[in-house]
Order: sequence, then C-alpha cells, then structure tokens
Amino acid sequence: MSATTATAAVNASAAVLDVRSVSMNFGGLRALNEVDLQVRQGEIVALIGPNGAGKTTFFNCITGIYVPTEGEVRVTPRDGRTVTVNGMKASEVTTLGMSRTFQNIRLFPTMSVLENVMIGRHCRTRAGILGALLRDPRTRAEEQRIVEESYELLKSVNLHQHYQDQARNLPYGAQRRLEIARALATNPFLLCLDEPAAGMNPQETLELKELVLEIRERHELSVLLIEHDMSMVMSLSDRIYVMEYGSKIAEGTPEEVSRNPRVIKAYLGEESHA
Amino acid sequence: MDWQYFWELFFGGLTRGSIYALIALGYTMVYGIIELINFAHGEVYMLGAFTALIVAGALGIYGFPAVAILIIAAAVAVIYCAAYGVTLEKIAYKPLRDAPRLSPLISAIGMSIFLQNYVILAQTSDFMPFPNLVPQPEFLEPIAHIMGASEVLIIVTSAIAMAALTLFIKYTRMGKAMRATAQNRKMAMLLGIDADKVISLTFVIGSSLAAVGGVLIASHVGQVNFAIGFIAGIKAFTAAVLGGIGSIPGAMLGGLVLGWCESFATGYISSDYEDALAFGLLVLILIFRPSGILGKAKTQKV
Amino acid sequence: MQGLKKSILVSLWFMFLTFPLMVIRIDSLNGTIDWRWENMLGMGAGIFVLSFVWRFMLARKEAGRAAAAGGAMSARGAWFERLRSDPKAAVPAMALIFAVFLALPWVFSTYQTNIMISALLYVMLGLGLNIVVGLSGQLVLGYVAFYAVGAYAYAILNSNFGLGFWAVLPIGGAMAALFGILLGFPVLRLRGDYLAIVTLGFGEIIRLVLENWSSFSQGPSGIANIERPGLFGMQLSVNEATTYIYYLILAAVIVTIVAVTRLKNSRIGRAWQALREDEIACQAMGIDITTTKLTAFALGACWAGFAGVIFAAKTTFINPASFTFLESAMVLAMVVLGGMGSVIGVSVGALVLILLPEYLRAFSEYRMLIFGATMVLMMVFRPQGLVSPGRTKYNVPGADGVGADAARPAAGGNA
Repeated sequence: MSATTATAAVNASAAVLDVRSVSMNFGGLRALNEVDLQVRQGEIVALIGPNGAGKTTFFNCITGIYVPTEGEVRVTPRDGRTVTVNGMKASEVTTLGMSRTFQNIRLFPTMSVLENVMIGRHCRTRAGILGALLRDPRTRAEEQRIVEESYELLKSVNLHQHYQDQARNLPYGAQRRLEIARALATNPFLLCLDEPAAGMNPQETLELKELVLEIRERHELSVLLIEHDMSMVMSLSDRIYVMEYGSKIAEGTPEEVSRNPRVIKAYLGEESHA
Repeated sequence: MDWQYFWELFFGGLTRGSIYALIALGYTMVYGIIELINFAHGEVYMLGAFTALIVAGALGIYGFPAVAILIIAAAVAVIYCAAYGVTLEKIAYKPLRDAPRLSPLISAIGMSIFLQNYVILAQTSDFMPFPNLVPQPEFLEPIAHIMGASEVLIIVTSAIAMAALTLFIKYTRMGKAMRATAQNRKMAMLLGIDADKVISLTFVIGSSLAAVGGVLIASHVGQVNFAIGFIAGIKAFTAAVLGGIGSIPGAMLGGLVLGWCESFATGYISSDYEDALAFGLLVLILIFRPSGILGKAKTQKV
Repeated sequence: MQGLKKSILVSLWFMFLTFPLMVIRIDSLNGTIDWRWENMLGMGAGIFVLSFVWRFMLARKEAGRAAAAGGAMSARGAWFERLRSDPKAAVPAMALIFAVFLALPWVFSTYQTNIMISALLYVMLGLGLNIVVGLSGQLVLGYVAFYAVGAYAYAILNSNFGLGFWAVLPIGGAMAALFGILLGFPVLRLRGDYLAIVTLGFGEIIRLVLENWSSFSQGPSGIANIERPGLFGMQLSVNEATTYIYYLILAAVIVTIVAVTRLKNSRIGRAWQALREDEIACQAMGIDITTTKLTAFALGACWAGFAGVIFAAKTTFINPASFTFLESAMVLAMVVLGGMGSVIGVSVGALVLILLPEYLRAFSEYRMLIFGATMVLMMVFRPQGLVSPGRTKYNVPGADGVGADAARPAAGGNA
C-alpha cells in the first residue's frame, strides 16, 4: 500500500515533532510517565493503548491545553526552526502549525459548517477591528479568500453540499470530517487526530482512511493519531507507539508492534490483527 | 489599644458573619448539587424577613407575648421560605437543567428582580419597622456593654443550625444522598438516588437557613424592606466563595471571615466603603484563588 | 382530567404560598389587619389558567425540539425571514422604518420625544452589551458601570474643563473601553457564572466610589448643569435641543447597528462566536482567547461609554442612582428578550421593554416585575430570544446556492 512505500522515503527526514520524556501529574496522580515520541516529516504515526492509558492527556500536553510537568516538546515547523512548545498557549501552538481534532467532537455547534472551517483560517489572516468596521477593499478581499479556501477544504472532505447547515445538524461521521477540515484550515504541518474513527461504521472508517492518506499527500503534512480501530491503525500507520498506564511500552512498525509480547499482553490480545 | 471597642467589633463581626454564613450555606449547597449560583437566594432571605414581619405584626395585634411571637414568626418564615425555595427551583431552574450554563443564571437574576417587585406590589417599597422581640435576660447583663441579647441569640441560633446541618449531612441517609449527588449526579442517579428529591431538599434546607437568618437580622436591625436581599445575597455569596464554593464548612468559615473583615474595617478605617469591601474581596478571591480557602481546584476536562 | 387536577393543586399551592404577602396587610398605626382575600382569589384563578399555559408551552417546546432534531424547518416566521434576506423586501422595509423614526419628533410632543430618546439610548446599550454577551458569550452583569464612566467623563470634563460634547464623545468611549480592558484582564480566567458575579461586583464598586468620593464626583447629589451638545454654537431652546438630541441619538443608533452588524460578520466577530460556542476548541483553532475576550470587553464597554456621554448630555444632570445593578439587569433583559447575538432582535427588545410600560400606563407599575418574569420565561421557553440571529450569507463560487437541507447520511465515495 501507499503507506509502506512512503515509509522508506520518510525515515530519513527529520522529526517534525520530538517529545522527550514528558510527564504529567494531576495532584498526586501521574497521568504520563516520561513518554518519548517522534513524528517525522510525512509520517503517519499512531498512538494506541487501552482506555485511560493517557493518550488524550498526551495530546493535551503537546497541543498546549495542559503544560507538562516535566519533559520537553519540540516541533519543527515548515520554516525549519525548532521550537520548544511546552508552556505555550494552545493558540500559539496551533499558529506554529500543529492542529488537532477532539475525541468528543468539539465543533462550534450553532455556527454554520462553512463558518466552522473559516474559524480555522483565523490564525492565518489579519483583519482587525478597524478593517471590520470600515470594510476596506483589503479586508473584503481577505474575507472572500477565507470563504473560498474554506469552501475548497469542505469539498476535500465532501461536505460542501452542507456548507450552510448548522454544524450540530450534521450526522456523526460528517462532524468528524468537518473537524478534520477545520483543523486543516489552520494550515498545519502536523495534524493530530484524536480517535477520528470513533462511532463510525466500517464503510465510513474505510473512507476516513483514504481521506487521511489523501490529506497527507495533498497538504504535505504528518499525522499523529490516537485510534482504537485496529484494522485502521495497522493499515494506515507507518509507525505505532503503544501506551499503558501513562508509560510508553512499545514502538515500531505495525508488524513489530503486533508481534511484541508486551503489547499483546497489555492490549492487543485476541484483537491482534490475525 | 481600646479593648472594649475591639470586643465590640469582634462580636459585631461574629454576629454579621453568622448571618452571612447562614445564607452562604444555601448558595454553597445549591452550587454543590447543581452548579448554579442561585441568584434569587438573597430574595428568599428577604421573603423570610418579610413573612416574619407580617406574622409578627398580626400576632402582635392579637396580643401574643413577645417570645411566642418570635418563635411562631420564625417557624412560619422557615416554612414559607422552604416553600418559596422549592417553587423557585421548579419554575426557574428545573426546566433549564440541560441548558447552557448561563441560562439558569439569567433566569435566576430574572427571578430575583421578580421577587423584589412582587414584594413591592404586594406590600410596600418602604422600610417597615420590625418589632424588637428579643427579651434582655438578666444573665446577659455582664456582657451587655459589648453585645446585646439579639446578638447572642443570633450567634447561638446560627451555631445550633450549622451544627444540626453538619450532623444531618454526615449521618442521615438523605444527607449521604446529598453528598453523593454533589460528587457525581449521574452516578448517584444510577445508584437509585432520586436526584430531583435531593435537589428539592437542598433548596428546602438552604431556604430554611436563609429564613432563620432573615428573621434574626430583622429583629436585630429593626427594619426590613424589599431590597435587603440583594446586598445580603451578594455578601453571602462572597462568603461562600471565600470559603470555597460547594464546601459547607467553607461557607461557615467564609461567613465569619467576611463578617470580621467588615466589622474591623468599618470600625477602624472608614464606613464609607462598607459594601464595596465585600465586592472588592469577592473580585480579589475570584481572581486569585477562585477555589476559596477550603475548596479544591478543578482541572478542566477536555 | 389529569391536567385539571394538576392545575387545581398548583393554584392551591400558590394561594398558600402568596397568602401572607398578598392577603395580610398590617396597619400598624391603627393596630388593625387589612385582610385582602380578593387577592387570594385572583391569585388562585390566575395561576389556574397560567398552569395550563405553562404546560402547553412546555409541551410545545418539546415538540419544537423534536421537530428540529428531525430536520424540519418551521414555516412560522417565514415572512420575517424573507423580509430579512430578500433585498427587494428588506430595503423598502428599512426605508419605511427609517422614515418613521425621522418623522417622530415632528409628530410627537417633546415629552414623547424624550421617551423615544431614552428608548434609543437603551437600544444602543443593548447592542453594546450584545457584543459582550450575545456574540462572545461573556455574561457581564456590571455593564452599567461603563455607561457611568462615559456619563461621568462628560460631566466632569465639561464642568471642570469646559470640554464640549463632541470633544468628550470619543474620550468617553475610550475611557469606558479602557475600563473594559482593566476589568477584562483580571477576569480572563474566569468563566460563565463567576465572571457574571465579578462584573456585578465591579459595577457596584464603581457606583459606590461615585457615591462616596465626593470631591471627585460630588457624591450622591450628582453633577448638575451639564452642557447640552452644541450645534455650531447656536443657542437652542429646550424643544429644539430635544429634537437635536433625538436626531443625534438616532444617528448614533444607526452607526451602532451598522458597526455591530459588520463586526459580527467579520473575522473578529467569528472569533467571538467561536469563543462563545466552545472556549477550548476556539483556542485549539489558533485563536488567542485573551485578545479576543479583551476586544469584546473593550468594544462593548466603548459603546456603553458613548451612550453614557449622550445620556449625560441629554439629562444635563447625573447622579450615581442612575447606574444601579437594576439598570444593568434591564439592559440584559433586553438582550435576552430580543435574542442574544441578533442585532434586530436586541433593538426590538429594547424598544418593546422601554416603550410598552411607558405607553400602557397600567403596566408601568408592573414594569420591573415584567422585566424579571421576561427573563425567566424567555430562558425557559425561548432561550434564543424573539429573533434568532440571522445567518450570514457568503459568496461561495461554484456552490449550488442552496445548502442541502439537514444533512442526511453523508454522500458516499471518498473525498
């Protein structure tokens, strides 16, 4: 599959996300324990593990929602400089080029589908209060550009038919795709997907997989995803990290991970893709 | 240092603080259970004072003895406030239980305005004199120069009410159900706790305590009008936040701390900004330590 | 039958509940009790009817919710939607409304014009608060504090330094905006209900300062003899001045409507709405919520400041009593009634809530009662307000114009 052919080319390139022994404590509870993780340019990396393993906490730590207690999160945006992001605001992290979706869909429910994507363009556009009040040609042009770019993104996730609907009226699977489109609108170099296939039927999951692959090609980005759907993870990912109780217990290609006895014991068990 | 003045202020603060604590308990209990600032709670307190005033007036005309009037008026006020509290919840909050968080707050503000004007229309917008019903027994003579009988009554009654509440919450079945609901409403419901009943009970208890506070303060200050609930409500809310909203001992502690702060600040500094002090304190706590003295900080779930 | 029994019980309950306050009135001078039993009967009958209405409305709301979930659009209000979206209908309608407002001072007495002036002031306040509450979703209960800042800015600058209305108008707005930011900074971390209470406290502090800092604000007695706005140095009679101020505030309202509409449909306005809908997602989409909140605070406050300057110029006398919490609550009631986020709705809400009690004298006594009840009932039955915010139309090249009705199973085939 395309996933495996891409891997070879990708392995040589530099890490766009380099997480070094990140830990997160909530009071006395250690939710993450010295987790290391790298995502290289153009890779699709999956983060798997049983419920409560700390995957979403890890996402929140690297995207600026939480500040990790210890460790370092370094990213290398397209411009090539390397930045340490822990301690940065979530909005700054997104502006750097790391964008995410949420496990329990967080769209802007009463705004339209198009507006949801337009919000994603916010950090890539400039118009301020004065522009809004005066509506000068430059502001109008920028606004029109936002509309058009957002509509294009809706097309790429096949939601352009619904651009005027309220986001909350979309079916579940469509809401997931809208979240992806919205995240893409921020123009990321790394897209973090938190259980994108949750609640989808097998057909939708298959489409989602194709969509992720296509997005990677078209937007030249890397993907980090948390997912429970094993067939999707195994066929889509270049590499997989496995977590349990807040610690990383294994990493490697899908082949390696699925053969790792610790992983099988902890998580895959009979679910292991036979 | 003028010690007598100090003790006067100390007990003045303790008196105020006890009242704040009584009202604050209503805020904190309701917040604990349904995470709502019951903005109309101050109005329930005002209704308690007004109801007691009317009952006391009527009984006075029929020539009842002062102590009997005080007890009957207080009892009636407690019953009515409990009834108002429950009704309030059914009308203004229950239909909004799944609404966005600001909806019940706006509804509560509306209710507060409504109740104030209900009292204006049904009775009067003027200050009404409240008869002095507390006898001055002889055994209090030695401390009469620092605190009067009504102050003693306030402190003692509040202490008893709070002790009773603590015991109730700790040891009774319903009390345990309340604590369980406060911790996790969904789980409590799954375990067979009737959340509606718990919520109603919370309003009954909170409103009754406010009524007790209303009667006590009315007989202490000697006058009542429709607006007393607003300021008292905000101050009691400040007390609840100060102690850590949702925490019952916190509300008691917060009430006393606020009472003392006010008393000493007005006594030693200036009384011009008496009300601003509470507001300022509220703003400062919410900004610097929103979890209050005894509250726990919450992490947000994503 | 079930309903009948329920209603009787409810009405009995309310007769009990309102008994002491509604029935008994103590005449302490003569030592008699005035028993007003007729109130109890009225209450019983009224509640009996109302409880039916209440249940009917609740059932209708439930039905409405079910219908919305099924994707059906109600036909109700279709004419209004047309009026709003179809320029052929909207332009003449707006021209007509504008003409009516232009003609008002010539038809009305000075007294009535004065009422219109205050109604329009509230429209302005409502629209300003709408930025903060309706668009960005930050419940501010001390809004009137910014109004006070504007009013006192003009009063003090005018009486002490002789600055004129036009000079102070921008200063008042800027000062209010500054206060908005000053308040905004510390409360940034607070959400929802806590923010509401802190802003309430802030509003009350401002009022108490104005009351107590006599050397600055002349205390509770207020500042009198504030200059009316000048018109090219002409001396205007009271009637002429009223008409002048009427047009001035009308212009201000129009500017406000245009400005708020433009803001709402801009990049900034979208960020406000995203903030209202989901603060976490908003941050995750690269929006700095600090600046977003502060701009909303500043702009909302700024409008209150403008309104305050105009208010001081109109009444020529201000004192702290004009800036109580009740005033803030009234403006909030207008926003709630009209529909949070809706420019038309808030304007209509403000006009209705000010003019109705003025013109229906029977109501005036019940004014605040109705305000309170409105807030409760709107939240319970129609939280979106009378007018839900209009959808912004975007010019999307290549779109088929009509967005498909509620999305059914998304189209198959990969993207």
